Amino acid sequence: MAAERREWERFDRRRRIGRFLLTLVAAVAVVGSWRFMDTGIVRPETIPREVGDLLTRMYPPDVAYTARIVGPLVETVQIAALGTIGALVLAVPVALLAAENTTPNAATFWLGKVVVTVSRSVNTIVWALFFVVLFGSGPLAGAVAIAFRSVGFLGKLLGEEIEEIDFGQVEAVRAAGASSAQVLLYGILPQVKPALVGLSIYRWDINIRDSTVLGFVGAGGIGVQLFRAVNAFAWQSVATVLIVILGVVVATESLSAYTRGLVR
Amino acid sequence: MAAGSRTWERPTVFPRRGVKWAVYAGVVGFVIWSGVGVGADPARIAGGLGRSGSLVGDFLPPSATPRQAQRILDKMLESVAMATVSTLTGIVLSVPIAFMAAENLSPKPLYALNRGFISVSRAFNAIIVGIIAVKAIGFGPLAGVLTITFKTVGFFSKLLAEDLEDIDMGSVDAVRASGASPVQILLYGVVPQIVPRFAGLSVYRWDINIRTSTIIGIVGAGGIGSVLLTAFNRYDYRYVTAILLAIVAVVLVAEGVSAVVRRRYT
Amino acid sequence: MLRVVDLQKTYPTGDEALKGVTVSVEGSETVAMIGPSGAGKSTFVRCINRLTEPSGGEIHLDDTTLTALGDDALRSARRDIGMIFQEYNLVERLTVMENVLTGRLGYVSAWQAFRRSFPAEDVERAYEILERVGLGDMENKRVDELSGGQRQRVGIARAVIQQPKILLVDEPTSSLDPETSDTVMGLLTDIAAEREVPVLINIHEVDLAMAHADRIVGLHGGELVFEGTPDDLDERGLDQVYRGADVPENVGNGRASEAGADGDALAEADRPLAGET
Repeated sequence: MAAERREWERFDRRRRIGRFLLTLVAAVAVVGSWRFMDTGIVRPETIPREVGDLLTRMYPPDVAYTARIVGPLVETVQIAALGTIGALVLAVPVALLAAENTTPNAATFWLGKVVVTVSRSVNTIVWALFFVVLFGSGPLAGAVAIAFRSVGFLGKLLGEEIEEIDFGQVEAVRAAGASSAQVLLYGILPQVKPALVGLSIYRWDINIRDSTVLGFVGAGGIGVQLFRAVNAFAWQSVATVLIVILGVVVATESLSAYTRGLVR
Repeated sequence: MAAGSRTWERPTVFPRRGVKWAVYAGVVGFVIWSGVGVGADPARIAGGLGRSGSLVGDFLPPSATPRQAQRILDKMLESVAMATVSTLTGIVLSVPIAFMAAENLSPKPLYALNRGFISVSRAFNAIIVGIIAVKAIGFGPLAGVLTITFKTVGFFSKLLAEDLEDIDMGSVDAVRASGASPVQILLYGVVPQIVPRFAGLSVYRWDINIRTSTIIGIVGAGGIGSVLLTAFNRYDYRYVTAILLAIVAVVLVAEGVSAVVRRRYT
Repeated sequence: MLRVVDLQKTYPTGDEALKGVTVSVEGSETVAMIGPSGAGKSTFVRCINRLTEPSGGEIHLDDTTLTALGDDALRSARRDIGMIFQEYNLVERLTVMENVLTGRLGYVSAWQAFRRSFPAEDVERAYEILERVGLGDMENKRVDELSGGQRQRVGIARAVIQQPKILLVDEPTSSLDPETSDTVMGLLTDIAAEREVPVLINIHEVDLAMAHADRIVGLHGGELVFEGTPDDLDERGLDQVYRGADVPENVGNGRASEAGADGDALAEADRPLAGET
């Protein structure tokens, strides 16, 4: 009885030491980080006043500016839609490569994984910088950037979905003499279709948010208008743009949640 | 058994076949309209793709002078530092906001206000928050910390508030029944129920913050992003590749650290 | 006619599932393959249409040597082999009709398959077969709404619409209750008889095998240990199949001269009955 209790205590102590060390590491990291940063002339205690000051200057929002941002807003939605569709087209083969049960061999499997990792690790805005060089500034570069960023996301999650499918169904279709394309259409596609639709809508929702900043690097969308207003210190116009973005994002989020609920 | 051949059409989710085709046509129309809208004409795409070969050549192999490498290192450390500090500040600020945004613990107006704040925080991309932070308090990592803190609060207090809404009110009542003060109720009835997920979420958010902190320098909010933008603007593409590799490496390491810590300690 | 000669299968793990099995299925007979689990029954059936690639031996279906075919030719050959699976292996999220028409995929292009535009006679035949298996009016139901017995009927319809030269059936009843098992087996053998298609059924329920098969072959440890009619299958034969008793010389009529009391008791205990899975 006593021996059992001692053992239990030891385990508890080890756990506690582990947690303590982890907390210590975190604390040291935070303190070290703060001291490392060159925070410049700005004193942290002035932040609330500065931010408050800026918000005051934004009020009231410039309602008349709304007319000027309808076009860029539509462009943002278009970029997100095209980017998502492009990503979907590219993601299906990537997912098939990155799924252990459909990839032809080890080399293709790693190719799939590499595409997924690279796409996911590079931010949309960086992809946009790259495609602005390639296609010139404008929404085309933005749409391609959105697509390249989304491929990894869709490819990864879709690939995981493909790894989960019931392979017996695939085998049965193959046993009837179906070609590879037909096996894909009848054996695999029906099983991953709900995920395919759900993930695409979800990514479209994310892409709307991402598309709002493409304008900063000249890749189109409402961001162009936003940054123009910011640089002109037209804070009331900035407020209008921000409110519109907020509205669109909230609307797409609810639409996305609703549509995903419909797919079964 | 009808004579001759029966036909079969696949049933659709739409009430009528006409509706189905209308929806399909609408989608196709929208895509074409979008394509025209963004100026995706084939010639331009072909031209761009034609250039891509030589452009990729410009980006390879990655290279950086010793001074540039030193700069990558400095600014990368700044990014990590920004992410680390703002994870803490973000979490600290999230706790009261989460309590105020939990439907079962907070009065209605306060609940609505805090939920609104969370929605705003989540709706805006870090780049937009960053550019406004820079205008408010000037260039540098402090603007970055402000940005990432703001984004962290939206993420963290939403999840925390949901956890709080799911807690077992029975044990809270039990603590209250023993004559505990509100603070004691919080410490003994509520906190133990949410602590386990708390640690895991913190590390997870730190991982996301690392990703954000490597980017927002593009708008002047500190970290490696500024170096990246400068290199791009100077057409120093091999240096760009070196910076990108550094970013990808740091992001992957952070992801790994976060995964290991979450698996071990939660 | 299906002729399997000296079929061998060794898995990459070193497992010898089949150690040279020779079996023929002729005319329109129904052959049941019995044996304990792990005897290699499933592997045997799956090797025939090469869902599992055999390691050695030859398989002939009429004039085609299946083991010698390349990918494309194998795909065409598979059109002539209907297969019915243990877990039905229907495409759950498609309708009954789509699942049945899956059996005709080998005859249409990928684009036609995508458009679901199958030749009119295929659709007509699908309706007829669905009526025959008792699923008339069910064509637009999604398979995941059906019961186990109904699913296996769809499985039968999918195999039959291929107008196969042989039906391979892999444990058709092990996911069904005893009563449904018997009905499904009856339906399966009746339809095969009507269409004069030979059937090879791999089944572990001896009672069902005896009731529905013309001939029985028994596998033990990857080797053929019994071959004969249901009447030939006595306690001694069961002993060979389920306990791996020494293979006697009289394989072929399966008559067992002496069966020890000890062996009987064990055979009873080991023999799975219909309904057990």
